[in-house]
Amino acid sequence: MQKRNTEITVGLFVAAGIVAIFVLAMKVSNFTDFTDDSGYQVVAEFANIGGLKVRSPVTMAGVRVGRVSNITLDENTYNAKVTLDLYSKFSSLPTDTSASIFTAGLLGEQYIALDAGAEDEFLKNGDVLHLTQPALVLEQVIGQFLFSKAEGE
Amino acid sequence: MIGFIQGLGRSVIETLQRLGRAHIFLWDMVRGIPEVLLRFSLVIQQLHSVGVMSVMIILISGLFVGMVLGLQGYNTLVDFGAEESLGVLVALSLVRELGPVVCALLFAGRAGSALTAEIGLMKSTEQLSGMEMMAVDPVRRIIAPRFVAGIISMPLLAAIFSAVGVFGGFLVGYGLLGVDDGAFWSQMQVKTDWHDDVLNGVIKSIVFGVVVTWIALFEGYDAVPTSEGVGRATTRTVVHSAFAILGLDFVLTALMFGGI
Repeated sequence: MQKRNTEITVGLFVAAGIVAIFVLAMKVSNFTDFTDDSGYQVVAEFANIGGLKVRSPVTMAGVRVGRVSNITLDENTYNAKVTLDLYSKFSSLPTDTSASIFTAGLLGEQYIALDAGAEDEFLKNGDVLHLTQPALVLEQVIGQFLFSKAEGE
Repeated sequence: MIGFIQGLGRSVIETLQRLGRAHIFLWDMVRGIPEVLLRFSLVIQQLHSVGVMSVMIILISGLFVGMVLGLQGYNTLVDFGAEESLGVLVALSLVRELGPVVCALLFAGRAGSALTAEIGLMKSTEQLSGMEMMAVDPVRRIIAPRFVAGIISMPLLAAIFSAVGVFGGFLVGYGLLGVDDGAFWSQMQVKTDWHDDVLNGVIKSIVFGVVVTWIALFEGYDAVPTSEGVGRATTRTVVHSAFAILGLDFVLTALMFGGI
């Protein structure tokens, strides 16, 4: 009887531990993102990506449609080459979709917003987005503002 | 002067000898593991005394650590209007750091000291030498099952700690401070990565489990077989485990998150 009780409590303990790991995976972390990771990748070149990071969200009309999977520098054009992982369920984005880098809130993280174009063909794995708008760098904007202000006087 | 230098030399030699004995002991334990896995009932007994008995303290401290994180984090975040990020703060601090580290410290205090006292008493009442007389290897029969039980228990306890802590943070954030519950969970899920954050936390807790159990068992096995010696060994277990946990945590954090 004693042995049985020991075994039952140990079983409960191990089960509780596994449930806890499961909760951490499903409820706390982005484990569910990986289940539909069989998406496709497109590349976009930006003149400046500001504070964009790997794993930053990619949205369209505010809805999350993927994430940034890789950022490198193209040494021919000196542009940032950003690889976007798009979820496979969003497979009907036009080929002339444009990408812009925006900031969530004033101090928030940066993300890529996609804007659908009008072409009839859809983006495929490995396609390149040609219409891009670089990140807004606050210092540049303030600089331009001051410059135009001074010019106007 | 000569006496001082001699004392210094003696303490260095003794420390090195202890380190050497500890590693031989570790090697003996590791060699005993395959045999232990064949007689798993021994491990189950130890899982009960090492793991199950520690669940209560882990549950309660996890809940309170999470609740405190929620309160303190809210106070800072609300200044920036970023109280929706409370979930991220609570989850990341628990999963990456506090879960494994605080849990390991509690584990060293609750289970490690008990292991040392138990083994030390077995030694001082000559049960271990008695087993050797009967040609039973005490390292394989007594020590190795406890080692395996410690390694299995620690990640499970740390996971329970983190999960309960996140829930505690949610209770305070949503129930007490009125943070939006949808934002709490969704921001947490966006920012907490399964592989980089959760799995690395689990790896940390496994490492801590190995180290704490190793220290506890070695201190017991190497204790001076008197009541005073066992008492000292128990104290050393807790102190050395705390040092090892915090030092290793820095190294592991630098390796895992240093580049991020």
